[in-house]
Amino acid sequence: MKSLDKPGSAPTFDSVAEFFAQALAIEIEAWERYGELADQMETHNNHVIADIFRKMAHIEGMHRDEIKRRAGDALVGGRPASFSWLAPEGPEAIDLGDVHYKMTPRQALMLARHNEERATRYFEAIAEAATDPEIKAFAQIMAEDERHHVVLVDQWLDKFDPDDPDWAEDLDPPVISE
Amino acid sequence: MSASQAAEGLSIVLTGSGGAGVMTAGQTLLEAATSCGLYGLMTRSTGPQIRGGEAAAMLRLSTKPVQCPDDKFDILLALDFENVQRFAAELPLDSRSVIVADPSAGEMPAFLKASGAQVGYVEMKKLAKTVAGGRISMVALGALAHVVGLPESAIVEAVAASLGRKKPEAVKASEDAVRLGAVNAPALAVPKLRISTARPAGRWSFTGNEATGFGVLKGGVKFVAGYPITPATEILEWLAHTIPQCGGELLQAEDELASINMIIGASFGGKPAMTATAGPGLSLMTEALGLAVASETPVVVVDVMRSGPSTGIATKSEQSDLNIAVYGLHGDAPHVVVAPLSISDCLFTAQWSVHLAESLQTPVVMLSDQSLGQARVVVDRPQDVTFDTKRLTPVDPIEVYERYALTESGVSPMSLPGMAGGQYTADGLTHNARGTPSSQAQDHVAQMDKRRRKIDRFDFGEHWAEIEGDGDLAIVTWGSSTAPVREAVARAREEGISVRIIALRLISPPQPKLFEAALKGVRRALVIEQSHSGQLWRYLRAHYDMAAEIVSIPQPGPLPIRPGEALAYIRKGAQA
Amino acid sequence: MNMIQTQPHAYKPADYKSAVKPVWCPGCGDHSVLVSFQRAMAELALPPEQVAVVSGIGCSSRLPAYTNCYGFHGVHGRSLALATGLKVARPDITVIVASGDGDGFSIGGNHFLHACRRNVDLTYIVMDNRIYGMTKGQPSPTTEPDWDTAISPGGTGVSPFNPLVIALASGANFIARGFTGDVGSCARLIVEAVRTPGFSFVQLLSPCVTFRDDQQKEWKKVTHEAMVPETDDPGRAARRLMSDDGFNLGILFRGHRAPYQPKPLADLDVARLEAEFAL
Repeated sequence: MKSLDKPGSAPTFDSVAEFFAQALAIEIEAWERYGELADQMETHNNHVIADIFRKMAHIEGMHRDEIKRRAGDALVGGRPASFSWLAPEGPEAIDLGDVHYKMTPRQALMLARHNEERATRYFEAIAEAATDPEIKAFAQIMAEDERHHVVLVDQWLDKFDPDDPDWAEDLDPPVISE
Repeated sequence: MSASQAAEGLSIVLTGSGGAGVMTAGQTLLEAATSCGLYGLMTRSTGPQIRGGEAAAMLRLSTKPVQCPDDKFDILLALDFENVQRFAAELPLDSRSVIVADPSAGEMPAFLKASGAQVGYVEMKKLAKTVAGGRISMVALGALAHVVGLPESAIVEAVAASLGRKKPEAVKASEDAVRLGAVNAPALAVPKLRISTARPAGRWSFTGNEATGFGVLKGGVKFVAGYPITPATEILEWLAHTIPQCGGELLQAEDELASINMIIGASFGGKPAMTATAGPGLSLMTEALGLAVASETPVVVVDVMRSGPSTGIATKSEQSDLNIAVYGLHGDAPHVVVAPLSISDCLFTAQWSVHLAESLQTPVVMLSDQSLGQARVVVDRPQDVTFDTKRLTPVDPIEVYERYALTESGVSPMSLPGMAGGQYTADGLTHNARGTPSSQAQDHVAQMDKRRRKIDRFDFGEHWAEIEGDGDLAIVTWGSSTAPVREAVARAREEGISVRIIALRLISPPQPKLFEAALKGVRRALVIEQSHSGQLWRYLRAHYDMAAEIVSIPQPGPLPIRPGEALAYIRKGAQA
Repeated sequence: MNMIQTQPHAYKPADYKSAVKPVWCPGCGDHSVLVSFQRAMAELALPPEQVAVVSGIGCSSRLPAYTNCYGFHGVHGRSLALATGLKVARPDITVIVASGDGDGFSIGGNHFLHACRRNVDLTYIVMDNRIYGMTKGQPSPTTEPDWDTAISPGGTGVSPFNPLVIALASGANFIARGFTGDVGSCARLIVEAVRTPGFSFVQLLSPCVTFRDDQQKEWKKVTHEAMVPETDDPGRAARRLMSDDGFNLGILFRGHRAPYQPKPLADLDVARLEAEFAL
């Protein structure tokens, strides 16, 4: 979220319901986005990256379910506050412009890591700004979840060799389709 | 003929220039004659000037319904001789014709002198000046009425009706001028028209273009888009004031590319839609016609043909767009091409076109032409026709929807925006049954088969052609050539020559079995059409196996095919 | 049909997505346009079957099939005409037009002028990447004059077309520019465009990662939110659009012109028209 780069811009919430709705919206967006990117990679026959994005989608999907469970009845009637289409992209969704059809696993995971870090900072900022103790507590849990995701991605990154400098090379020219 | 003889009919042409009011006078004469129980036809010819140019109003008045001009004119009434030689080829006269002229008009053009026609003079200009507000054309009509045996009162009534009775002084002036013309009319040996005192009930007056407009509305059209073009504009103008009364809209598009795409959009939205154009516009529309074929979107395109190629002669008729209408689309693009067989038939064929488009979910091109579209007839009220026109739509609720489902008939239920569960993307790209773009050979072939099948299997019924007469000589014709051929066939019968006439209303898809049956027992078939290259003849050769000897008789525009010319072909064709 | 009764947030963006997978290159801005479109529709809470997306030919024009709305993927350059016919015939349907800089400004240029002028209630989204993508990178009307391509070695030497200025001069009622690097803002522009009656033109700078691999990074740097709020004064808008750098984002003009929507006068029985002919 762009506003995160500016100090003091953390969103504030009127209710716990609103906070959960916001957190849920972020996870749904991230889950959808990874799914879309996995589809794109499949369409372009980059199955390694498609698998990575599919796994990330799975992780975000589990996180989404976890939030729903935690929120319980508190979610009823809640609407995302600052996060909706009204705001720029959510803190956990990869920018659609940052991918490449021949991207490497390291590049994909670095993008994922970047977004998990953004999400961590986002929830940390909420926790810090929150006056409602319940919201503060839940935001801290969320930040902890995201920090854990960063660690997971780091472990995953360790499994891959450094990128080939010619990773983007395509031996064929683009195709004319219409 | 002697002056005492009563005429079955007369052909009269009024010529004049510089805003003398020839067209209005012709209209008044038609109105007057038909108020006396006659049928009539009026066509026109004009110079290229927007205003003040030379003009000819050509009428055929008859005790029987007429749908085409006769062989020659019985009377030429010249308000002046300015540039009248421009129309020389269009104004056949002979020694039995009469010319009524103004002595002040100067030297008579050579072609008129050469005709050998009898000449009578009226000082139209001079007489008109003696009446306050008097017009030359009214004096002329008075003289003409006297010559052909129409009561002056009929002319005066017609003038009054056109002036709307709001201008009593103008009506009075016209009345005086008409009387003056009648009193001073020359004595000429012209048979008088056989008139009655009143107009029989149930007579209609319309042009082919107006009838086309009415036909598409009767067919259910609710959306029209068009771009002005001669000689089709009157269809759009007629629809512009009528379609809003029938729950529809008309849009003037920025060009023909837009008009065809607009009607495709409206039809996709569920509204039966049409446009009207002429050859240059049809050329621009062909890409989108292919889109309508591929996306299976019903539309009707009326092409009022004019002499081509390119700008050609915009105001003159020709049947030379058959090729582009049938073959103009790229790829294999089955669609329907029809043609009205007379001015009156524009009404039926336009209505049928909408029925075919909606039933088959495909574009229908109706090939009218200038000689049909811009000619006015007074005829008996045409019979009402009803079709059970209904676009096939999916049954609600829509479960699993495939827009281009491979049905046995080839027609697939078409959902319309607003129908939940029926969402699909209509596509010009080759697609599968769902509508999803595909470059798979099996999808391409399956969809082409389906689109072919729906047209091939459709029962076009008896309307595909009008077949009359018998004998081993046949004439195969289409569209506007039908009317003069019909007259020729009737005359040939009087001479003892039996001729069969096969007039094709459905040009494409071809109907080989029906055609074969129609041609059974025919030794020789003459293909009469108004094109230079014999487009119909070539089309028939390409699509039909014909046992008979086939003789191509192409006659290009801009001159109409006259019944006498067709009769000459028949006489020749009847020889061994 | 009348206004559709909708519940706020009754729809999710995913409800506007079809099962067809985009063929656009990963990284292409058009993916973001699709996401923005879905979000905008969800915000507007329009039932998918009440929306039609019309397009022509090109990368951008593939969009309709990727939505779960009604769609029409027509011929090159004619999407506005097709959409105009649809909207006039079916004013109850929300009609969105998807186009690109080649489809919309070159082959479809004339329709652009007349769609602005006619002011039918359409939302016209042009994904502008300043290149023809589907035919391998030829210059479009918005390509820089020195952009070197196979068909124009050394560049065209021809000044690019300013679609926003032309839209304003031609009478468009709503003019906005967005950058696909910011999905939320693009969605907001689409929502406002749909909500504003009349012809709404939204230029979305949508980078081509294959033929213009500089664009993505460059546009991220140079695009910026408009410094001044939207105006309804065409004179001010004209000065602003003529002098801006082409990367000014936001709603740049919103007027008050009534949309063009001819209304049938009556729904009489067609047979009554025979009075036109009867003597």
